Amino acid sequence: MSDVVEKTLSALPSLLSLDSQAGAGKLSPSSKLGNLIKGITELTSKHEEETLIKKELESIKEQVASPNTTMRQMKEIMVRAIYCEMLGYQASFSYIHAIKLAQQGSVLEKRVGYLAVSLFLNETDEFLLLLVNTVLKDLQSTNLIEVCMALTVVSQMFPKDMIPAILPVVEEKLTHPKEIIRRKAVLALYKFYLIAPNQVQHIHSKFRKALCDKDPGVMTASLHIYLQLIKENPESYKDLTGSMVTILRQVVGGKLPLDFNYHSVPAPWLQIQLLRILAYLGKEDQGTSEMMYDVLEESLRRAEMNHNITYAILFECVKTIYTVHPKSQLLEKAAECIGNFVLSPKINLKYLGLKALTYVVQQDANLALPHQMTIIECLDHSDVIIKRETLELLFRITNAQNVTVIVEKMLEFLRLTCDDYSTIDLVGKVAELAEKYSPDNVWFIQTMNSVFSLGGDVMQPDIPNNFLRLLAEGVDNVEDRQLRLFAVDSYVSLLQGETAKLPQRFLQVISWVLGEYSYLREEESDPGSVMRLLARLLDQRHTSTETRSWVLGAMTKLCSSPVSVALARDVCERYSGSLNTVLRQKAQELMILSQDTKLRARVLPAEGRLESPEVDSSLSFLDGYVSDALAAGAAPYKSPHQRQEDLVQEKALSLEPYGLSLPVSLSSCSITDRRSPTLLSMSSGLSGNSTELSHQEGSTTLKLEGVKRVWGKDGYLAQQQSAGETPTPLVELPSPLLSPQSPPSQKPSSGLEPDQEKRQLASSLFVGLGSHNSVCLMGRAETAPRHFRRKPRGESSSGASEGSSDSSHSSRSAAVDNLLHSNLLDSTTVASEGGAATTTTPQQTSQRTLDHTTSNGNPHVEGTEQRVEAGGPLSLIRGNGMVAVVPPTHTQTDPQTQQDLHPAPALERPRDLPLTSHLPAELSGLARSEFTPLCSDQDSSLALSACRVYKEDALVLLVFISNNNDSALHQMVLQLTCKELEISCISGSPLKEVKGHSVSVCLHTVVMKRASVQVELAGLLSYQRPLGQPQAAQFSLSLSLKHFLRPLTVSTGDYGKMWLSFSHDLKQNLRLVTTEHQEPLTATLDALKGKLHLHVVDIIGSEGIVACRLLQGPGQGQPCLLHCRVHADSLAVWLRSPVPELPDSLLYHCQKALTET
Amino acid sequence: MMHFLLLFSRQGKLRLQKWFTPIPEREKKKIVRDMTTMVLGRKPRSCNFLHWKDLKIVYKKYASLYFCCGLDAEENELLALEVLHRYVELLDKYFGNVCELDIIFNFEKAYFILDEFLLGGEVQETSKQVVSRSIEASDMLQEVSERPCSR
Repeated sequence: MSDVVEKTLSALPSLLSLDSQAGAGKLSPSSKLGNLIKGITELTSKHEEETLIKKELESIKEQVASPNTTMRQMKEIMVRAIYCEMLGYQASFSYIHAIKLAQQGSVLEKRVGYLAVSLFLNETDEFLLLLVNTVLKDLQSTNLIEVCMALTVVSQMFPKDMIPAILPVVEEKLTHPKEIIRRKAVLALYKFYLIAPNQVQHIHSKFRKALCDKDPGVMTASLHIYLQLIKENPESYKDLTGSMVTILRQVVGGKLPLDFNYHSVPAPWLQIQLLRILAYLGKEDQGTSEMMYDVLEESLRRAEMNHNITYAILFECVKTIYTVHPKSQLLEKAAECIGNFVLSPKINLKYLGLKALTYVVQQDANLALPHQMTIIECLDHSDVIIKRETLELLFRITNAQNVTVIVEKMLEFLRLTCDDYSTIDLVGKVAELAEKYSPDNVWFIQTMNSVFSLGGDVMQPDIPNNFLRLLAEGVDNVEDRQLRLFAVDSYVSLLQGETAKLPQRFLQVISWVLGEYSYLREEESDPGSVMRLLARLLDQRHTSTETRSWVLGAMTKLCSSPVSVALARDVCERYSGSLNTVLRQKAQELMILSQDTKLRARVLPAEGRLESPEVDSSLSFLDGYVSDALAAGAAPYKSPHQRQEDLVQEKALSLEPYGLSLPVSLSSCSITDRRSPTLLSMSSGLSGNSTELSHQEGSTTLKLEGVKRVWGKDGYLAQQQSAGETPTPLVELPSPLLSPQSPPSQKPSSGLEPDQEKRQLASSLFVGLGSHNSVCLMGRAETAPRHFRRKPRGESSSGASEGSSDSSHSSRSAAVDNLLHSNLLDSTTVASEGGAATTTTPQQTSQRTLDHTTSNGNPHVEGTEQRVEAGGPLSLIRGNGMVAVVPPTHTQTDPQTQQDLHPAPALERPRDLPLTSHLPAELSGLARSEFTPLCSDQDSSLALSACRVYKEDALVLLVFISNNNDSALHQMVLQLTCKELEISCISGSPLKEVKGHSVSVCLHTVVMKRASVQVELAGLLSYQRPLGQPQAAQFSLSLSLKHFLRPLTVSTGDYGKMWLSFSHDLKQNLRLVTTEHQEPLTATLDALKGKLHLHVVDIIGSEGIVACRLLQGPGQGQPCLLHCRVHADSLAVWLRSPVPELPDSLLYHCQKALTET
Repeated sequence: MMHFLLLFSRQGKLRLQKWFTPIPEREKKKIVRDMTTMVLGRKPRSCNFLHWKDLKIVYKKYASLYFCCGLDAEENELLALEVLHRYVELLDKYFGNVCELDIIFNFEKAYFILDEFLLGGEVQETSKQVVSRSIEASDMLQEVSERPCSR
């Protein structure tokens, strides 16, 4: 087939010579479009084309404006207008006529009208509003073609606000007898779901019907929606797994009509869609994954033909197999499959093979080992895309041992590339690797120097920021001192050379570092040397104004010696007259501070530069001023948004009057309206003292040509085939390339055979990946030495706010440690005594206490051991936020019977254990959720489950770690991450270990950073069994907005005040709940109250007001108010909140809660 | 999801453009410019996939015409290649031995076929028969209504 196309298309050039009729068989030669196109092809210059098109557009404009133009002519004109637009000439005057054509034309003119509309307009275009009526009319037409056209245009573009107008009609089409209409309707709804998910959520049941449609085309279309839905929330659709598996099995088995075959492969698009859905469903879910193993295996087996489309299916299949819960037999087959891709001579397949490898090495880095020689070949491939993908793969397998080689390879690529986007991406990756795995200071600084000079002014601003923070945050120990000193030295030598080619960002970094840490250079050289270098930089023409202000800032810090002061005076004279105000100010500062040593010592103390100034972001120091002004009759502050709203309200009649008349007092606005000016603290971005770099738009990429390459072309070419066939096993000689003193950029000595060189490279690239190495399989997370891991922000700022010098600070913290330590020791003894006093059998207890103390090693025990009830658990609250619990003993005293009572814990699922008894006492009285099992390892020796406790000021998340094995778990670290949530472990550091057959509880308080309907929390528990490898268990937990809602108790009066001060609102009609005993309004509000923890403030007649707050950050949280009114048989709800996202998300949950009732 | 589909000649002349996501006019022009220079600059027999910003570019040359589409990063490149191929097959079936001139002079037909095949950036119908049947149905209508007019 494709050959035929190729042949006919290749005959084309001869036809292009354009004898009068050629190729335009279907077009009448006299047509205007034909003439236009021919006219254009005959032209030689761009300028001629421009004149011709301008003339054409003029004539089009004239024609469309003429009242005599028929619709039929209009259609022809429109096609010409489309052509002109395609050539890049605006024909915006014709847009309105396109809409008119769609409106008024007969069917075939309409078709062109719709086409023109879809090509000319964007979703956001206001013109589209004019189309809504036409679409609505056509949707209801009896002519199938018209309905089709309307649905097509709707699924391409439709204004979001207008969806409700046509939604019912589109929904109706889901039951249309013609399958093409049903299919298009499903796709239209998919489009609606993408642009406004909340508006179509009530038709989920209809999607299910579409999924079960008898026409496979409609079913395929519905999978688009399901892929999206399942991607967002896999938990709610687990019940579909069975159906999806069945469908896939039928497709793979060839049960679909032959129509759906593509090159004799049954419905490949459908297969791939299903495989993707299965991947989402089976991810981190063993039970669900088990259902799909068979069909995945069958897919792998069936896809054996040598055609692109089968490879596409195979690729997707491999991805799914590596995403779902692992099954070793399948993994083996998938790995084999990847091998076929990687070794394929076809370049497209090789690319996909690398891509697949990149994906799978995240699960198991060893998978890259068999392909190391191919990977090395790909590193030197002539196609840049392949090289780039290979680097991506290397990035994933980087560890502390191979980091130097891999980073060198990346820098090499960077020096040759000129594409901004990949520069930004790669530079970020290099910086990340350098920060994580850097072997030593020298290498780190050198690498970062390359990053700055290569990344130039296009790189992400957080790279220099992080780097400077890293330099600044270290404690003043020897190592940090060395790092800083080395940075200073290397920058001094850089400045001594040619600076014209250094990017501005780099110069800014240099001047900051020199300003801060030049004092570390022993005054071996003359004191003014750095100062002179900076002054020279200042004078150079290519230095930007922003950089100059950084330089001046640095000079201000340096001008301590007489030589420097003299230099500073020179500089000041030149710049105090500068036209740029920032420069002028900096120069003035420098002038004054250089002359007044005392003042300088106070403003810029040599020590304590780490201290960040405290910023009162609430501006509370202005409160007095504000209240005075208010008392003097000033108007209270209104946010811009609110001002806008007031303006609108003044202009237009309010159609929806607010029912409750409430007194408004002016003073109520003053607090709620104040926007917290947190941005203020960052406004000093230009000052040399700050590590914040302001983002710069200018982009001047540096291209460093003439780079050394490790591999000669010959070596690569000679080895291409043989190496491809025989992947060499890992060579284990310790490579000289690894030692930092001889960086791998040095050309390997010519004595080495190319093959040997390659192997050497392989051994240095893949070092640390072998099975003999204890690499954490979950990734590189724990393997790195992490010299340069950034300290948490809070730590340093708290240290700074104490205002103590480093030495006193550390001594104080040591004292605190001591204090704590002795306290802990005390409490242990108390605990054991208490335990002994309350237990019934002294023998048993003493044994248990002994267990605790011995297994803990260090007696890090705090609090008291207590018995909650007789036969209840014996719990031990530890200082680190862990509650270690021994399974309840009931009445048994004999350890043997106890064993019998809990026989083979491996068989027990975690939910069977009475986890309730492990709840910490202080939380036991609060409302809480069911226990949800999170994950368990293969032999159920470790099981995790979670429970939510709804505290008034936070959501407490309890993670129960049940160890069902005899051996204890050591070195446990539990990490919970979610970017939308603020998670803090209650009372400090994480746990260490869990004994055999016991349960530990980890408590975290969780609040939302930003309101969203649902968030996924990712968790990672790493642990180690005695004599075992480090292991890790991953899990995820979805938390919904409603878990973070709490009732907000306010009086009706306060409600009214708050209502007026909130600026973000949303209105929507909801379903009313009807019960026998209650008014519909009361029933509905009760349902909401029960499900979403809302507070019903008041109900007056047919209206009700409701309030709640969202836990967000410390303190009370963000309020959201609801005003409900019964309107016919629905409930009109009006939500208001100071937070933009909250009303929308809350509305979603309200809708859901009411549909469930 | 597919973000755009472009057809251009060996000389870099745009023959067809379809945008599946709302993109400002200026950005469109930049994309067209970037695509033509990137794709035309590729050596023969090199990989059919490219990166452009955060998008995957998949292109294929049929005779003198380049078919080029931009996809989300997580999409399957090989599959996209087959989407392009299926589109060429559909054009071929409709025009009968399609050539570049067919597309130049009847570009609106090429758009109609595309609209039946892809919708909103997703594959709507993969069956060749079904697509051509629905195109024929619309065309039939065209002929019926054209006849009385031409008299």
